Amino acid sequence: MNDQFDVLIVGAGHGGAQAAIALRQRGFAGTIGMIGEEPEIPYERPPLSKDYLSGEKTFERILIRPPGFWDERHVAMLTGTRVVSVDPDKRSVATEEGATIGYGHLIWAAGGHPRRLSCSGHDLAGVHGVRTRADVDKMVRELDEVTTVAVIGGGYIGLESAAVLTKMGKQVTVLETQDRVLARVAGEALSRFYEAEHRARGVDVRLSVTVDCLDERDGAVSGVRLADGAVVEAQMVIVGIGIIPAVAPLIAAGASGGNGVAIDGHGRTSLPNIFAIGDCALHANAHADGLPIRLESLQNANDLAITVARAITGDPEPYTSLPWFWSNQFDLRLQTVGLSTGHDQAVTRGDPTRRSFSIVYLRQGSVIALDCVNATRDYVQGKALILQRCAPDLDKLADPAIDLKDLLAAMASD
Amino acid sequence: MPRVLVTGRDGRETVVEGQIGRSVMELIRDAGFDELVALCGGCASCATCHVYIDSAFAERLPTMGTDEDNLLDSSAHRSVNSRLSCQIAVTDALDGLQVRIAPED
Repeated sequence: MNDQFDVLIVGAGHGGAQAAIALRQRGFAGTIGMIGEEPEIPYERPPLSKDYLSGEKTFERILIRPPGFWDERHVAMLTGTRVVSVDPDKRSVATEEGATIGYGHLIWAAGGHPRRLSCSGHDLAGVHGVRTRADVDKMVRELDEVTTVAVIGGGYIGLESAAVLTKMGKQVTVLETQDRVLARVAGEALSRFYEAEHRARGVDVRLSVTVDCLDERDGAVSGVRLADGAVVEAQMVIVGIGIIPAVAPLIAAGASGGNGVAIDGHGRTSLPNIFAIGDCALHANAHADGLPIRLESLQNANDLAITVARAITGDPEPYTSLPWFWSNQFDLRLQTVGLSTGHDQAVTRGDPTRRSFSIVYLRQGSVIALDCVNATRDYVQGKALILQRCAPDLDKLADPAIDLKDLLAAMASD
Repeated sequence: MPRVLVTGRDGRETVVEGQIGRSVMELIRDAGFDELVALCGGCASCATCHVYIDSAFAERLPTMGTDEDNLLDSSAHRSVNSRLSCQIAVTDALDGLQVRIAPED
């Protein structure tokens, strides 16, 4: 095995893959190595809680690029390998197996690991996270024997999994500790809409509940015991309560950070020649008022990878991309653009009962984000409103008969 | 199997054999055209698999859906021949199809 690379990428998810692709597209001719903890070459994670879980797509179809691609681009894949420490002085990383691998530049794209429960029963058979192919393969193998599922956490991963499993005929309970689902990422109107949609399809959505422990029967999970004493029967438990950024080796090596590893506008950490991208990168985001945040999204992984590839190839351009997200549940296609955190006003366009509407988030009168449900037109046109800090007339904004792009045109002609 | 002529952004042309049931996006991606980002993986949630389709084939293609139409509007390079390649399933009727990857937005 080559033990020295000009660019060493730690993490073989979307960010790592795109970093390697972007470097080669920009003519980078040095050696590139990519270390991944999982045995697989880079694959798409979003389908894990959607098309891959439902069986609509095979694993081969969710590979980011086909196997031969990485050889053709001269990207050495070191899969099934975990980095346990980084030595910024010697410019090398050490693996769990005791190998030392040197780098010219290090791109840390290690993402995160699912946050686990700490209560008793958290490690029983039948308890799953949804982060890797192995997680989902394990779930799928057990599913035939399962009729009741408890999903702990009403975020996107939890709700998407609940939607797929409900469609498979499972009896699903969603347990959320906050008083609404999607509390961390969306406004209340959207939360209430999704709660109602899930309930209408038979999902038992329970809010403001606290998990006490997981019950066991015959060595496997049998239910979730809540703090109020109620027990939710569950032959399978899915834990979707966020991720813990995988940055311990970098922090131990002296990198600034904590909740993630801190980077500047070009993806540089505080350690020389070490960059970080993706879910684990704590960055001052232009669309969050310049506050340091982590974004767990494909857009962020992809665009930061390009930012870093530019910095390494001598054509730096700071990261300013507008965040976007999507979530497919049942026949509902949610597309989000911008960051709604910190909004002081939310305007609903269209009628949620007709299942095609948008929620426009404003701060001090200006549009900062949109959640669009089965409303791609608003999603596409809304981007410009955010980028141009449009402060529209609120009555017109609430009128779905008026295109968002016409609001922008009206502003320009004022 | 239907054969599709793919033209990359740099003018590179490759004839690719398509697999029935897959999408034209998957065909292009799996043939090694890394400029086709296809970020959302083919669920019509972005517009990073934008291509131009040989107009002679227009009638043999599936009708454009509203979401696709709206997403294409996000591209500064939209033309009458624009499609999202993830929304076109490979069929025998597409044998001889020519697609060109649209410029980056």
